Amino acid sequence: MNKILLGLLIGAALGAVDGCTAWFYPEVRAQLAGIIVGSTIKGLIAGVAAGIFARKVNSIPLGIMFGLAVGFVLAFLVAYMQHDHYIAIILPGSIVGLIVGYATQKYGAAPATAR
Amino acid sequence: MSVASVAQHSMRHLSDKAITRLRSGAEAPDLNGTRYRLIGEVGRGGMGVVYAAEDEILQRRVALKVLNASRFEGGLANRLLREARVLARLEHPGIVPVHEVGTLADGRVFYTMKFVEGKRLDQYIESVDSTPDRLRIFLRICDAVAFAHTRGVLHRDLKPANVMVGPFGEVLVMDWGLAKILADAIRDEPDRRDDSIPSLPADGDDSNSWGTGHGRVMGTPGYMSPEQASGEIELLDARADIFSLGALLRYLLTEHLPAGSPSRRDRSLDAICAKACATGREQRYSAVQDLAADVSRYLDGLAVSAHSESIFDKLARFYRKYRFFIWLIAAYLLMRVLLIVVVKH
Repeated sequence: MNKILLGLLIGAALGAVDGCTAWFYPEVRAQLAGIIVGSTIKGLIAGVAAGIFARKVNSIPLGIMFGLAVGFVLAFLVAYMQHDHYIAIILPGSIVGLIVGYATQKYGAAPATAR
Repeated sequence: MSVASVAQHSMRHLSDKAITRLRSGAEAPDLNGTRYRLIGEVGRGGMGVVYAAEDEILQRRVALKVLNASRFEGGLANRLLREARVLARLEHPGIVPVHEVGTLADGRVFYTMKFVEGKRLDQYIESVDSTPDRLRIFLRICDAVAFAHTRGVLHRDLKPANVMVGPFGEVLVMDWGLAKILADAIRDEPDRRDDSIPSLPADGDDSNSWGTGHGRVMGTPGYMSPEQASGEIELLDARADIFSLGALLRYLLTEHLPAGSPSRRDRSLDAICAKACATGREQRYSAVQDLAADVSRYLDGLAVSAHSESIFDKLARFYRKYRFFIWLIAAYLLMRVLLIVVVKH
């Protein structure tokens, strides 16, 4: 599977899981659907960014750092807009970025070179 | 004391080492009239002796193989010449290149080849602990043997002692003295014939005296296919070498394991070895490329053709391939649960 598609799928899946955990917080349970959609999009963006990065740079450590940074920035923006739950949003969001950064580098297929 | 008795007394006290030294000195090839200067002996086989020599024109070290002085006879001289010619037609990075063939002043045939500084495979793998690294070495051996097969040459004596690994990890298949030229390969090369040079006869051809004919068993027990061990020369084809490669693979997976390391055997690799070493040649891989492809698939974490997997085998293979990623996801989910617990309290 190519790196961008792989990043997209893993980012979306982990983002959705991340969003679903909002169910455990009764104060935001009413907005669960919106949180899941938002979190999925956040994971999806991180995954695509990590996938594009993996196509340009072939290095697992750099891929992990890039994914971590993208995940952190996106999660920070979400937490900043809510002014609450900083740790509960930023920590998992960053780790989702780290995981897609690793997965796109390790398992994504490089594009075929033109002959 | 007479001179004769003194000499007899001295002879009685010659050590075995001294006798060996004297003998090797007597057997040392006379390189006068050639471009080579003898450096020393590096190896000895049933047919010939390999010396290190210096090419004085190109100023490089070469390996010089010459018939053993005690076995200096026409048939063996032809065998050595034949070996050199087999090597000459096999230009491949995994096969040691031959430089020159000639005759020494004493009439012995010799040929020179690249001097390989490295270790024999059986010594080299003592320092290779990882199974994938051992399998990658095996794939490079397969590559060289597959190339030889495309040129119509069977090695017939593949074993760890006949593979060298150089200082930069280069893998070279050595000792093509028992190689068999397939008749098809000779027929396919009519344009390369030169009337002044005797052509390479195919083995099994009654008219040649160079080959290793029907009923003569040549090879190494344990690495020889059943048809080779029974001397059925006309039955030999690529599958005889595939048998030897299977035995070589088994050796690489079982020998010189680091102390306390778990067994390297798993069902897929066992199945590959079993298929390559099947008693009936019809059950073996039909080409070296197929054997190599199965080993490559194993290295890539894919299913191999030699083994039909159960669902548990598939799950185990999936886990082996994505082990780190699975643990990463598990750690993430655990972290998520712990975070919920901590925030709630």
